[in-house]
Amino acid sequence: MDQTSTLEKVLRRVAISLVILFFMFPIFWIVLMSFQTNETILRVPPSVIFEPTLSNYVALVTGKLETQAGTLEINFMSNLWNSLFLSAGSVAVGLILGIPAAYAFGRIKFRGSEDIAFTLLSFRFAPPLLVLLPLTIYFQKIGLADTYFGLIWVYQLIVLPLILWIVRGYFEDIPADIEYAYRIAGHSWFSTFRTVALPLAMPGIAAAGLLAFIFAWNNFIFALVLASADKQPVTVGALAFVTASGIQYGQVAAGIVLSILPTLALALYAQRYLVEGLSLGAVKG
Amino acid sequence: MNGAVLRLENVDKFYGAVGQGVHAVRNVSMDVGQGDIIALLGSSGCGKTSTLRMIAGFEETSRGKIHLSGREVQTLPPVRRHVAMAFEGYSLYPTVNVRDNIAFALKAQRLPRAEVDAKVTEVTKMLEIDDILERMPNSLSGGQQQRASLARALIRDADLYLLDEPMGQLEPQLRTLLRGRLKHFIKERGMTAILVTHDQTEANALADEIAVMEDGVLQQFASPAELKERPANLFTGTFVGEPPMNVFPVSVESKAERLVLRFEGGQCLNYPESAFAAEVRAALIANGRVVIGVRPYAVRRSEAGAPANVLTNQWLGDQSHISASFANSTIVLVEHDRARVAIGDRIMIELSPTDLHVFDPESGMAISHGRELT
Repeated sequence: MDQTSTLEKVLRRVAISLVILFFMFPIFWIVLMSFQTNETILRVPPSVIFEPTLSNYVALVTGKLETQAGTLEINFMSNLWNSLFLSAGSVAVGLILGIPAAYAFGRIKFRGSEDIAFTLLSFRFAPPLLVLLPLTIYFQKIGLADTYFGLIWVYQLIVLPLILWIVRGYFEDIPADIEYAYRIAGHSWFSTFRTVALPLAMPGIAAAGLLAFIFAWNNFIFALVLASADKQPVTVGALAFVTASGIQYGQVAAGIVLSILPTLALALYAQRYLVEGLSLGAVKG
Repeated sequence: MNGAVLRLENVDKFYGAVGQGVHAVRNVSMDVGQGDIIALLGSSGCGKTSTLRMIAGFEETSRGKIHLSGREVQTLPPVRRHVAMAFEGYSLYPTVNVRDNIAFALKAQRLPRAEVDAKVTEVTKMLEIDDILERMPNSLSGGQQQRASLARALIRDADLYLLDEPMGQLEPQLRTLLRGRLKHFIKERGMTAILVTHDQTEANALADEIAVMEDGVLQQFASPAELKERPANLFTGTFVGEPPMNVFPVSVESKAERLVLRFEGGQCLNYPESAFAAEVRAALIANGRVVIGVRPYAVRRSEAGAPANVLTNQWLGDQSHISASFANSTIVLVEHDRARVAIGDRIMIELSPTDLHVFDPESGMAISHGRELT
């Protein structure tokens, strides 16, 4: 490793910088946009020198969107809250249902287990719209349309297969004898699951939970079709920025920055688990 | 139960549907008495580990009954069987150190700390792992993990101790040392143990009785000495003993008061009929063809014998292993002195009637053993 020449080191750093620049530029630009008015954003040529303003954030937080056509009511903050509630709720339900199911699929041999597991995965194959249209009709009939409960239920199509299949792999990687050793030392099946299997699969559970949260957070189509304005998450709520007097780029950018924050915070917090989780080895005894 | 800690009654194990899947254990019955050490000996896939796991409760029995300390347990979960087990794959809890791994069950029982510590010290000193108690399992060698796993089983208070290949990963010197200590530890406490092994030295050294298994069938369940001297069938005869028993198909003729054993290569050995008990002689003559077995250390060189050509002569430091072509096959001799024969030499081989094991060529079952021959 010490034999790499100075030139190689320099080239390597340049290459890494280019890659970082390429991926970070859109985010960097959006952050800049969020501190500008629509006028400075749309001027030609664009410039990174401008007088920063917090007006976009103020508009989002107060819910009053000033446009040339007048003041519009926007409920971005409630959208953000909806996103948080729907994603967290879906992941919580997904974990409660998915972890025991993953354990069963990973540990117990029963007739048709592979078929059931595959069917659950196959939900991810179907285009969401194919599922949504019939679901909309059913939901309206049984009164689930436009309820948090109904939305969280539909979100299981996204999070449950993900959690199930990731966590299942982790359970399968725990040597069964570790659990047997615990059981034969005088513990019940459930206490073994709770005390041995769950902690050992924790990196996988954290990774699956985080991924599921991100997928749920970024979902657009389910909420667009099934939720009315007061239940919509930010992904759908952002449509409000497309106004009669044009697209409010500044507010869109500020909205994006705000809506990135919760996932970013969660990702930073769970990063340790995520890395351990995605690189299996850590689980192996 | 007549003091039997464990009784297996016609136990069957199928992987897959009963009657269709892989028949891993076939109609095994055995009794294990209080304080006995039993070895389940056999090659890989012979059903010994399946048997152990059925006793522990990790595998369901497909048919038959298991009694443990007078209770019928085949439907009970492992937690209610009151057995301890050391696993072949160690299976230490990866998140706690060696000390906590070993003391885990005792702590769960809320024994006083001083008592737990004393027990841990005792068992880990015995197994020479008292210096690694604070280390985590993933930092240990295979041999250390194996001993920690063994300690975790032995420290418990159980009716029966199941040890699956408890010493497979240890270096030979340590293995020999620990064998003695382990046996002393178990015997001193009157513990009843079943160990699974494919190493017959280990089985001989540790066990009071050995259950030889092959193809899921319990071939013979007897003391080490009886297995050697009175093998029930050809499989046990050839499986137990190192080097393995020499076996040859022979035809039996009765000529002028003498019994002639004719080997496939044309060599003959003949004995006075009076050397055999009447019923054995009758059985031999009635069969016409039998398989004879003779232990390598019972093969003698004598001018009166049949000719063989030396293929190899290996001096192991305390004994010579000579192999020679004989009867279209190879015969192995063990001599305790350094044998002065060279490759290609012609030697004369004699098999004493008292050293012959006679087997039925069709069923492989033993017809008679040297001891019965007069």
